[in-house]
Amino acid sequence: MTATASAEQIKQAKDKLDAHVREIVRWHFDPETGTPFWLEKANSFKFNPLKDVNCFEDLTLFGHFEDDWLRGGPVNRWIPKGLAHKPWYVFETGGTTGIPKSRVVSDDFRIDYEMFSETLPDEFFPKKSNWLMLGPSGPRRLRLAVEHLAQYRGGISFCVDLDPRWVIKLIKKGWMEHLKAYQDHVIDQAMTILSAGHDIKCMFTTPKLLDALAQRLESQGSSIKKVGITGIFCGGTEMTSQWIRFTIEEYLGPGVYIAPTYGNTLMGLAASDMPTAKDNYKIAYYAPEPRAVVQVVDFNNYEKTVEYGQEGRVMLTTLTKEFFVPRFMERDEGVRELPSAKYPWDGVSGVKPFREFAATTTVGVY
Amino acid sequence: MIHIPILRWGEPYTSLETDKVVHFDTGEVLAEVSRANASLVSRDMRHAQRARDVLREIPIKEVLQRVKKAADLYTDATLPLGDGKQSPEDFVRMQSATTGLPEHMCRFNMKKNHFVLSNMEKILDSLTRGLDLEILSRGWGVESRGVPVSYQAQSPVLGMVLPSNSPGVHTLWLPIIPMQIGLVLKPGPQEPWTPYRMTQAFISAGIPKEAIAIYPGLGDVGAAVLKDCPRSLIFGGTATVEQYKGNPRVQAHGPGFSKIVLADDVVDNWPKYLDLMCDSVFVNSGRGCINCSGIWASRHTKEIAAALAERLGPVEPLPPNDPKAGLAAFTVLGQADGVWADIERDLKSPGSTHVTAKYGDRLVKRERCAYLRPTVVHCASPEEPIAKKEYMFPFVTVVECPEAKILEAIGPTLVCSVITENAKLQRQFLDATHIDRLNLGPIPTIQLNWLQPHEGNIVDFLFRARAFQFEGPVHA
Repeated sequence: MTATASAEQIKQAKDKLDAHVREIVRWHFDPETGTPFWLEKANSFKFNPLKDVNCFEDLTLFGHFEDDWLRGGPVNRWIPKGLAHKPWYVFETGGTTGIPKSRVVSDDFRIDYEMFSETLPDEFFPKKSNWLMLGPSGPRRLRLAVEHLAQYRGGISFCVDLDPRWVIKLIKKGWMEHLKAYQDHVIDQAMTILSAGHDIKCMFTTPKLLDALAQRLESQGSSIKKVGITGIFCGGTEMTSQWIRFTIEEYLGPGVYIAPTYGNTLMGLAASDMPTAKDNYKIAYYAPEPRAVVQVVDFNNYEKTVEYGQEGRVMLTTLTKEFFVPRFMERDEGVRELPSAKYPWDGVSGVKPFREFAATTTVGVY
Repeated sequence: MIHIPILRWGEPYTSLETDKVVHFDTGEVLAEVSRANASLVSRDMRHAQRARDVLREIPIKEVLQRVKKAADLYTDATLPLGDGKQSPEDFVRMQSATTGLPEHMCRFNMKKNHFVLSNMEKILDSLTRGLDLEILSRGWGVESRGVPVSYQAQSPVLGMVLPSNSPGVHTLWLPIIPMQIGLVLKPGPQEPWTPYRMTQAFISAGIPKEAIAIYPGLGDVGAAVLKDCPRSLIFGGTATVEQYKGNPRVQAHGPGFSKIVLADDVVDNWPKYLDLMCDSVFVNSGRGCINCSGIWASRHTKEIAAALAERLGPVEPLPPNDPKAGLAAFTVLGQADGVWADIERDLKSPGSTHVTAKYGDRLVKRERCAYLRPTVVHCASPEEPIAKKEYMFPFVTVVECPEAKILEAIGPTLVCSVITENAKLQRQFLDATHIDRLNLGPIPTIQLNWLQPHEGNIVDFLFRARAFQFEGPVHA
């Protein structure tokens, strides 16, 4: 169990968050530096974001961010005037059918992944070692972000091609043979890279691909450990405690570290320490405050945070100079976790698809 | 509270995640079941071949003896259940409490399973058309007329994605172990009882535990079973059947749309067949795919519907331990409401008449469950939207249709009981490929002959008959 945070640590973190909220809201609503989308939106507000938002709690004035606002263009309306001179990327999420949600990014993914890098133990993620990026490619943030993470730590990232939109189509069509063939194709690419003598010690992958890779290696008398991987950064889809316990006990064994993460294109990366048997393999995620905040709120009243240890829906706030997302209701639910000494703010554990969407959503496809 | 673990080739494994199995009426938690994860299933399949190997180490005749012993243990013994024990009466109560099936029907299903296990030798003899079972075991042999034959197992294990609502389906997988093929079972969430009890009976009777794996879990576990077992059975709705149509790895069992046809030469004597029709609709609370959901004739259909309604309409829900209880509860919240809303929508069609309406409301809602009382609908033509519907309770349409059009109009049918002495009509029904099981004559749809295959022969599904020649001694 991670040490709990002291009252002083919690207060300092909260003060820092409030100051950050003031800075970011002013930036996005200042006519000189602000984001066109928010400046236009402000015309319909019955409050003045420049004066009335002074702490994190004041963000309730904005109601809830709707991710449908991110569908369609012009995407430039999301670029803050104060950063218009910079080069921009666009990352997409969803989009198997219809128009995907788009987020513009300049440096945020680098900053987020550099912050995440600080949470990785060097013993298992050695500096200067090379990485395998075994996850979704294309117009998603992950490919560039993992590559930057590898570079930031002094290594090179080897990548595979994986199109999750095609995977979702295969599932919806019921083409399970094709799904298996596509997964085999992705794992074939990973096996080739791992066999090519590139001294790969670290890997990003998703739970399903980690299963598939470990199973393939095992069928060939090898293992994750035997091919030299010592650190796995895992994310992209839901992970249960049972899954991570099974993976650690049966596929990884001692000597391989797995860092589960929670996040998406709209936020940075919420990190977790490696789950342990002592703690029943609980996976508790902590957002990179003050740049992103995760709250667990009552299923029936999104204005109310649940008590510690209680379940609720995940609400996300992103606060960076590039992107302001106040109080977005995520498609997930989880349990509110106590602040820890390492992360002196609320966390979330037991993350799984929000019960009202779970039956209709195709999740965990890659 | 009893904890039921995952069984990984007989070895109990307690998951960090569990599901509670609750009493449909009282809400009492009866057991906590470990929830498997999909990758655990996939990883375990590396031992699938061992399941067949350990079974083949025992002579097939001896396996059949042990299965016979397992039949008695299943019905009579107190057997281990997770970290507890379960007597036969406990089993009946638990199965009834979670599936909504009245207790006497659970006892009946137990007897049915016992019968199948006890008569396995005869059943396999019929399913294989008299093949020496050693040929299934060895993979080859020589027929009595001196011709070499080979039956090659297509999978060392059979995967089963089982349903919650119909304990009757378990008879389908009982012949698997006797054929020396391992079992990979994903129980229905409300019916973990039969797979566990049968497994314990098998193990206690000397079947190697390494031959059976049980993986309770969510949809991902079912998908893993289908993905990783070269041969599987799955139970589901029409969509499931459609999804796996033409997939040689999967045999999908869905609604039966079973029917009775009263031909023109017999229909004027329809009252003679009223008992047969009632039983076909009502037995086992109408839950089986072999229950009749459509009665077709060219005339007297209104009288037939009225007579069925008079017999079945007054039936009320009774407590599950009442020996007269004929209706099973819908234990999944909102399911009965959904079914009834669907029926009401179809009844708006002017050619459809709800004949049981005068016997009171059909939807009976309780605090934690609901019942649907027997429902008879008259359809003026096969084009009525409700004419070919099937639901999981005693529901039947009586459809008026000229005899010459019936065969084409009935659509896919699992069991068809055709009552006629008209030779031409008998020939047409014999030749019809959209009918699976054909009963010629006054036979209820629910009457099974255990020596006949059910919806696809399991032997043909698991073994491939192929050419085989040999010269000199064969030691395998």
